Amino acid sequence: MSKYNLDYLDELEAEAIHILREVAGQFEKPALLFSGGKDSITLVRLAEKAFRPGKFPFPLVHIDTGHNFEETITYRDEMVQRLGEKLIVGSVQESIDQGKVVEQTGKNASRNALQTVTLLDTIALHGFDACIGGARRDEEKARAKERIFSVRDEFGQWDPKRQRPELWNIYNGRIHKGENVRVFPISNWTELDVWNYIKRENISLPSIYFAHYRDVITRNGQLMAASPFLNMDEEDVVEHKKVRFRTVGDMSCTAAVESDADQIDIIIEEISASKISERGARMDDKVSEAAMEDRKKGGYF
Amino acid sequence: MNILKFFTAGSVDDGKSTLIGRLLYDTDSILADQLEALQQSNRKNDDGTIDLAILTDGLRAEREQGITIDVAYKYFQTDKRKFIIADTPGHIQYTRNMVTGASTAKLAIILIDARNGVVEQTIRHSYLVSLLGIEHVVVCLNKMDMVGYSETVFTAITDKYKTLAAQLNLKDVNFIPVSALKGDNVVNESENMAWYHGRSLLHFLETVDVETGAESDLARMPVQWVVRPQTDELHDYRGYAGRILSGEFNVNDKVTVLPSGSSSVIERIEIFDQQPATAFAGQSVTLHLKDNIDISRGDVLVNSDHLPQNSKLIEADVCWMDARPLDDSITYLLQHNSKITKCKISEIVYKVDINTLEKQEAHDFKLNDIGRIVLKTADELAFDLYTDNKANGAAILIDSRTNLTAAALMFRAIAD
Repeated sequence: MSKYNLDYLDELEAEAIHILREVAGQFEKPALLFSGGKDSITLVRLAEKAFRPGKFPFPLVHIDTGHNFEETITYRDEMVQRLGEKLIVGSVQESIDQGKVVEQTGKNASRNALQTVTLLDTIALHGFDACIGGARRDEEKARAKERIFSVRDEFGQWDPKRQRPELWNIYNGRIHKGENVRVFPISNWTELDVWNYIKRENISLPSIYFAHYRDVITRNGQLMAASPFLNMDEEDVVEHKKVRFRTVGDMSCTAAVESDADQIDIIIEEISASKISERGARMDDKVSEAAMEDRKKGGYF
Repeated sequence: MNILKFFTAGSVDDGKSTLIGRLLYDTDSILADQLEALQQSNRKNDDGTIDLAILTDGLRAEREQGITIDVAYKYFQTDKRKFIIADTPGHIQYTRNMVTGASTAKLAIILIDARNGVVEQTIRHSYLVSLLGIEHVVVCLNKMDMVGYSETVFTAITDKYKTLAAQLNLKDVNFIPVSALKGDNVVNESENMAWYHGRSLLHFLETVDVETGAESDLARMPVQWVVRPQTDELHDYRGYAGRILSGEFNVNDKVTVLPSGSSSVIERIEIFDQQPATAFAGQSVTLHLKDNIDISRGDVLVNSDHLPQNSKLIEADVCWMDARPLDDSITYLLQHNSKITKCKISEIVYKVDINTLEKQEAHDFKLNDIGRIVLKTADELAFDLYTDNKANGAAILIDSRTNLTAAALMFRAIAD
């Protein structure tokens, strides 16, 4: 009798492809939320594996805070061109201009929290019934509890006490009108798995993931990229340092780490040896023990 | 390197969260900033050391109440293997969450408090392991430090458990004496129990054989999606995309499409840009057939020499998962992999008292109830018995009024 042994990356990949095809089969108007970060870039690669030589059965949707790293936007546009797939951009600046949200003030102001409103408006405008995202359970303890198919009510809210049981590999994506489902195909991947997969698949990434020289300031013990989006005052000392980013979000909430890792092998080595978690560089998680749980209940990614 | 998914059954009182915390802590899987958050927490052990249990409580309500309500998934790895832990709650009111966590696991860790031995909860957890057909069981006798690391205590409990395991027909049962609090035999072998010559828990998890193969004849692939580019150069391209549930498919194999019953031969197997001659259980593939036949999502491709069961009347074990009780007057939806069909419950055969394992006559089925029912489906289902092939022998019931997942089903027989 033959034995079937799948290497861990093959198993994670096969599971993610299965989930993406379930989205295609079960929903009328799905979308893939693309942030320009390595996790959503991995999702795009998995979508190619799930649907090529056919077209993606969903557009890519980018919620643009207007405070992006320039490198991310360049990467995004080149990628969309190469794929020949549709890109929809939801703009936080527009939400601000329309008066739907108010820009935060003060030294630590960020547009991170404002994204939720733009996201929910974009979902409503296009009538998306499923949104695929690159969140992973190893990132954060509220995420560790979330299902792969995670139902949101019409206000986009996650209710951790009313999660549907998710059995075997059977995903129940049935919803009422107005509700939508957030789908997380790489739930079971760790940060290291993503990096090893990017290496194996030879996937290109925005340059900010690799070590480079940049002007930074130290804020609350974290290195922040100096930019017009950061409210700086005379107390802030700008330094020129060799850094890279482990996670890529809004410029005002993503911190850099000092690093010489300018190649993927060195990054993987660095992460394997690291004693700080990836979201340790996210200011948005430092607010309280339940920061992520509360944002998810409010409709966040 | 491969992956082992396992789940832990036990309550906080048995030291379940402490055991998982210990596994993570002693394998250096907890990072500095997480550790810092732990140290800042107000919850500490009596002797002032870090309470490792906090690591697994994800929700505010869980931290407040000091219990596990929902399944949490934890990840760690060693040089030998990657591990996914489904940390499931032990209380009877969260039975459905334990079933959820257990449904994808290959191994179960059952925790017994060495001071109390086999208790009602042990029976319940072991019954669920048996019901779900988990391949490997590790019984951890925890809190050995509180019974003087006594071999006599260990032997008395394992003897009692073996009787239960035989009654439940559990496969591959192993016993390990541990102290999660002190770290004995969790990752590092204990120096306090010279009489125990077996592996530590981690060593066991690293070495247990978890490859599949038992159902290799039963090639099954539900069609999830039909890939049809419809471009000029790929005008006739028609690929059936899905994940192989069990067995293997080879180029030139004769396959049958169910429920239609038409058959063809595999012309080509694609895994993105690869074209292997064989594909097997667990792989997501695209299959091409020699003949142009009508196939769509919900159909299943099977090996023509080993056809599955085909019926509209099925006897199934059921775990009820919804606050709304079973209602035999309404129509449910049954989801069997990518297939959805309407369904009614035509009979409640019995309910099991999961604390005593007694089968009882029943007229209702409520949240967390487990027992046997007969289902009548609108379309014929192509399924295997759960004992023969778990992957094609399970389904869920959906309440079409609420869209909630109402029950987990394990097919046991064709009903008369």
